[in-house]
Amino acid sequence: MSTKKYWRGIEEINPTEEYLAKVNEEFQESSDVPFADVESIENAPTTRRDFLKYLGFTTVAATLAASCEMPVRSALPYAIKPEDVTPGVPLHYASTFVDAGVAIPALVKVRDGRPIKIEGNKDSKLFEGATDARMQASVLNLYDAARLQAPLVGGKKATWKAVDTKVKAGLTGNVYLVSSTVNSPSGNDVINKFVAATGAKHVQYDAVSYSGALDANQASFGKRALPMYRFDKAATIVSIGADFLGTWGTPSLNSKQYGKGRKISAKNPNMSKHIQFEGVMSLSGMNADDRFVCRPSEFGMVATALLAALGGASANLGNDYLNKAVATTAKALQAGNGLVVCGSNDKNVQTIVNAINSKIGAFGSTISTSTTNNSKQGNDAEMQAFVDALIGGGVDAVVFHDCNPVYEHPLGEKIAAKLKSVKLSVSLNDRKDETAAVCSVVAPTHHFLESWGDAESFSGYVSFIQPTIGNLFNTRQWQESLMTWSGTEGTWYDYYQNYWTGKLGGQKAFDQALQFGLIEPGELSTGGSGSGAGSDAAAAAIAAMPKAGKDAIEVVLYEKVGIGHGGAWSNNPWLLEMPDPISKCTWDNYAIMSQNLAKKFGAEWTDLNEVEREKQVVSIQTKGGTVKLPVLVIPGMHDNVVGLALGYGRGEGVGMAANNGKDDGVTGVKVTQLATATAAGISYTTSAKVSAAAGETFPLAVTQTHHSYQERPILYEYTLEEFQKNPGQLEKWRRGDDGLRIDHYLAEDGVNHHGGEHGEHGAEDAHGAAAKHDDHGHGDHGHGEPKEEKEWQEAYRDNATLYHMDEHPNPGIKWGMSIDLSSCTGCSACTIACQAENNVSVVGKERVMKVHDMHWIRIDRYFSGDVEDSSSIQTVFQPMLCQHCDNAPCENVCPVNATNHSSEGLNQMAYNRCIGTRYCANNCPYKVRRFNWRDFNGADSFVSNLYEDGRRDGVNNSVTRMVLNPDVTVRSRGVMEKCNFCVQKLQSAKRDARKEGRVMADGEAQTACQTACATGAITFGNVKDKSSEIYKVRNEEQKERVFYTLEEIHTLPNINYLSKIRNTDHVEGREKPQPAAHGADHGHKKEHKTETHG
Amino acid sequence: MRIPQCRVHIRVLTVFLFATLLSLFAINTSAQEINGEALFKANCASCHHPTKDGTGPALKGVDGRVPSQEWLYKWVKNSAAVIASGDSYANDIYKKWNKTAMTAFQSLKNEEIDAIVEYVNSYSPPKPTGGGGGDTTDTEATQNGGGSTWLYALLTLVLLLAAFVLSQVNKMLNKNANDKLGLPTKKAIPFYRNKVYIALAAVLCFIGMGVYLSKGGVDMGRQKDYMPEQPIFYSHKVHAGINKINCQYCHSGAEKSKHAMVPSTNVCMNCHKQINEYTGDKEHPLYTAEGEKVNGTKEIQKLYKYAGWNPEKKDYNRDAEGNILATAIPWVKIHNLPDHVYFNHSLHVVSGKVACQQCHGNIEQMDEVKQHSELSMGWCINCHRETDVQFADNHYYSIFEKYHQEIKDGTRESVKVSDIGGLECQKCHY
Repeated sequence: MSTKKYWRGIEEINPTEEYLAKVNEEFQESSDVPFADVESIENAPTTRRDFLKYLGFTTVAATLAASCEMPVRSALPYAIKPEDVTPGVPLHYASTFVDAGVAIPALVKVRDGRPIKIEGNKDSKLFEGATDARMQASVLNLYDAARLQAPLVGGKKATWKAVDTKVKAGLTGNVYLVSSTVNSPSGNDVINKFVAATGAKHVQYDAVSYSGALDANQASFGKRALPMYRFDKAATIVSIGADFLGTWGTPSLNSKQYGKGRKISAKNPNMSKHIQFEGVMSLSGMNADDRFVCRPSEFGMVATALLAALGGASANLGNDYLNKAVATTAKALQAGNGLVVCGSNDKNVQTIVNAINSKIGAFGSTISTSTTNNSKQGNDAEMQAFVDALIGGGVDAVVFHDCNPVYEHPLGEKIAAKLKSVKLSVSLNDRKDETAAVCSVVAPTHHFLESWGDAESFSGYVSFIQPTIGNLFNTRQWQESLMTWSGTEGTWYDYYQNYWTGKLGGQKAFDQALQFGLIEPGELSTGGSGSGAGSDAAAAAIAAMPKAGKDAIEVVLYEKVGIGHGGAWSNNPWLLEMPDPISKCTWDNYAIMSQNLAKKFGAEWTDLNEVEREKQVVSIQTKGGTVKLPVLVIPGMHDNVVGLALGYGRGEGVGMAANNGKDDGVTGVKVTQLATATAAGISYTTSAKVSAAAGETFPLAVTQTHHSYQERPILYEYTLEEFQKNPGQLEKWRRGDDGLRIDHYLAEDGVNHHGGEHGEHGAEDAHGAAAKHDDHGHGDHGHGEPKEEKEWQEAYRDNATLYHMDEHPNPGIKWGMSIDLSSCTGCSACTIACQAENNVSVVGKERVMKVHDMHWIRIDRYFSGDVEDSSSIQTVFQPMLCQHCDNAPCENVCPVNATNHSSEGLNQMAYNRCIGTRYCANNCPYKVRRFNWRDFNGADSFVSNLYEDGRRDGVNNSVTRMVLNPDVTVRSRGVMEKCNFCVQKLQSAKRDARKEGRVMADGEAQTACQTACATGAITFGNVKDKSSEIYKVRNEEQKERVFYTLEEIHTLPNINYLSKIRNTDHVEGREKPQPAAHGADHGHKKEHKTETHG
Repeated sequence: MRIPQCRVHIRVLTVFLFATLLSLFAINTSAQEINGEALFKANCASCHHPTKDGTGPALKGVDGRVPSQEWLYKWVKNSAAVIASGDSYANDIYKKWNKTAMTAFQSLKNEEIDAIVEYVNSYSPPKPTGGGGGDTTDTEATQNGGGSTWLYALLTLVLLLAAFVLSQVNKMLNKNANDKLGLPTKKAIPFYRNKVYIALAAVLCFIGMGVYLSKGGVDMGRQKDYMPEQPIFYSHKVHAGINKINCQYCHSGAEKSKHAMVPSTNVCMNCHKQINEYTGDKEHPLYTAEGEKVNGTKEIQKLYKYAGWNPEKKDYNRDAEGNILATAIPWVKIHNLPDHVYFNHSLHVVSGKVACQQCHGNIEQMDEVKQHSELSMGWCINCHRETDVQFADNHYYSIFEKYHQEIKDGTRESVKVSDIGGLECQKCHY
């Protein structure tokens, strides 16, 4: 049994008085009540006369209000109703989400003509419905008010005719078309025509470059593309600085496949082993079984040593820790089915990695080169040539498509300066971003939800894009713009239709392809081969690279899971307020570093978040420039590495959330200029001088450690070896004599415990009961003696509650959810999916700092290990949402019965009944209830109550509000809200079944978090249906790993978790060796700071 | 151009009391006797008339025109298939009627088609009759209602006066009697200075105000009997009552969606392309609630304006690209629920088999629609308490094993909506 000490923030390791005081003031309202600090008001005695005056006034006001007339509303029908539209019934269209070359098949929910929710397309054999946070949030970008509403010429609104005249006249001489990766077959066709007509040179580059890997792959297997990785087939996954679960390659697909390898049960106790080498803490690093920290500049040497170690040589990196790490890794890889990925943009390093993969036989087994991943096609050398030409005055006209080099490219400032003197510069971007702002013409394109198109991000896997709404603004799809400028006749749709009907052999096939959204080959391939050619030269080049000094600090520019390289995401309030999985910080970027490094700049820089919202600022000086950023301490960072997130510090035209136009320094800091661009490629790592900016501080809105559990134990974790040896350990402990009395859970699911006839329990339960007796030392009670057992079970369930449980029967359905901590990667797609589905408010940075964040599902991040030893840090993610307790503490304390229990096991929340006492939130041991401290969405009757704070206010735009789900109430000020298990979706599934007169099938009712989860960590369904997935998980497949959080306090939650299994022998944070039998000292939390169980 | 008169049926005046929207269900149950007229009105009347060409051809004598009886069955059940099969007669009429596809009626049985044909063949245009008979009762009733209120008020006043006079007489007599006997008479205190009266009045006043205020508070936002003036005087009585158009012909969302749906203008035009005047004035003259006479034909002209229909050219006004220049009719919404209430028509209509009239009243008798029910939470809840779910018939409920067992054991008679969670907050609020 795990006896780990977990902490979500550094302040939880050794809680200070100050911190404990903060935690005790749960709502931090002293800072929020208006006039709270005005002494005269606080001390003013309210006289009897005053009281009577107010009473009289309110009575009169109420009378007047009661005599108000109701507004006259109109019911506008369609003039001519489209045949397939029924108002109130959603339609789903297959389409494709495209983000920086990555294309994910999507299913778009359109309600009354408005796309409001995006799901993965489950028909895709490749993606199987995988999504990520950005995809979930992309629907908000459609309604982004910062999008250009008309084309611009010379910065002024113009007609399309004026645009076309100007552009056609200007496309002469040296013409360039600069774009991000284009993997649309028809789009490339249009580009080719444009290139042929204008003599343009097409340059592709990626905002975050993969050029080094692509060049190495060209040499290794003859294709300038990433291969298709098969993380699901790999037994050992080694990542050298690649955050493949968060941002690298195609993260949603990687996660999907990775999740398959992490599924473990007592019957099949095997899982993949994930080893990560990195300097900056990344999402992949946090999920790794073994994580080794090294400088990013050492990636090449580590890879070389690993290659050598696979050949039998022992590593000599001048560092015992890394030598050992390499030896361990080599051993794991030699066991077979290995897979090595690397995030470096250095061709030499990638060549070595290809050699390793070749050596361990990964090509053809865990890596397919016959199917390639075309989502990254950028070429740094070509881009550099363009920039050189631009600077040298050799560019006469340039068209930018889906790229923003002024912001994204390290030489952005120079590009911006030179662009102004280019005769014709055109941006096809959707907003007046940094590049568009200096272009002479802006011809805004549609959002993908308004577009016709296609994407082939994996060779042979075509996914189609069809519009789900007419264009909101006067925009034109980029393909049509290019067609017009290259003199191609007709509309883009006709062109697109002709292209595909020609390819597929007719309209019918095309229609069908659009309907399913996909054309995919039969089976996923693992074919193809690759060689390690050139590895010797590469190794020599790596060895010749200058080595960093012992104390030199390296700065790494990294992408955040939410914001990525920037683009339109920088202006997406959902993503900006999504707590970053690694830092749990919202709204800003910052310098992440280890506590050891932070202390070098100031001994007190321990970063106790709840106590210190104001963070110290450091000045980071590199060749590319100097930036000042607040410091956030992240355990697990290499002691000489500082991480800076891309995508912040945007231009004014990007939007209100990215840049509110005020010069108040709250929009983050641009760091792209710190990267170095040469013909050899862009390097995102650079050495820097870091110094404290004396006296300067900057507030950061970090969500952990909000919502304290007051040191109660919350999760369970084992190593693979422990689990293999004794899979029933947790179950046994939970049933233990001196442990929790929880047998009723194990016997109850699927049977009405009140009906409780043992005949219903069946053979397996009878067996379970017998095992239980043995545990209790009552072995003499045989199978035929269940009475006493039953009696104490019921007594347990009944006696500890205020209500007799018979008052809460579940005659029909009982909903339940299971969350697998081993497969959850913490990517936060569920948080955004929930936000989109349930109209969860964006509250803004100020509010987050006041612990008023609203997310219904938060991902708790638990560290364990020694905060001063970065290599010791281990992380567990636990999604935390309303547990829908059958014995809910919140329900008992509501004075107006606004929250109560349904017959289906839901903890219901009636907003219109709530009077906002917050007793429920106060009494919730899981801290999952959220209070509307302000009117965040304009739902209040009084307009002037609308909360305003600057960056977040864009969400209340009349266009942006179109994203709201009409089936879910928009909550107003003063009411409590929380996860409702997406009751609107459950009701809809039940309704459909009822209307058709059939039993609802398992999987018909799904929650938003469940469908968003790429790794399938969330199972949901009717636990009374014995054929349901959730029943099987709890009672058959994962019986051994099931636990309920805080179950010893008898809340009887309807959400269970599955214990985290870590494939490592590297056990951190344990205070004492594994106890032989039951944990004896759980619950006595006052006596020791560690929660010990097992 | 003279258009043959289209008359409303007078005979139906006696029939319309029975809710016509149930005709669909009625069809299913009346196996022995198939009502061709009802079937025709439910399925065909929106496009066809027995004797006049509409969206589709006049149907009288159709069995004589078509190639065979079998052909007719096939055509009605799936005309597109017949056209696709290359049948020459089918293709000819398809072309003749501007390639307007006929809806497929796959659920109609052959006997039912026969019954429809029999009805259209036997159809003869109704002859105009003298008076409008029963229609006036409504107006009279309203006037009577208004009259009787005054009558009662008058009567109360007279009685109060009488009581006052009698009490004064009583006092006088008492005084005279006392005088005669030589007893002293207490000096009369006027009633307005009588403390008992004042206290009584104060208490009554307080109670009255309290009742008024709390009722006002409770009724806030409720609109029972709300009957706004609509942009077009659309009479449900003429459409659903007299002409027996199925409710769901226009409100087609009722069985599919949460909204019953106000029909789009093109749905109106399905019929009103041919029906361009109101000819039922004699049988059923139209009056507004204020008693003003309404010219039905003029109201149809209003529809044409919204629909972009040119009655002279018998075609829509179109823009350069051929799109119909129609605008939505800004109907005033009568039934308003607060935003925090989720109500779904389809669940009630399809699964609950609730008749429209149960909540909306006898719509088919209303010229102008008013809100029939309170639409308050108490009203919803009461119905959920009292209504049985279709427990045995709907397979969905098979998972409620406990109730099935109880019914089997005889300990339970029926399953109410409240038994399956119909009173729980999150059935309607989320």
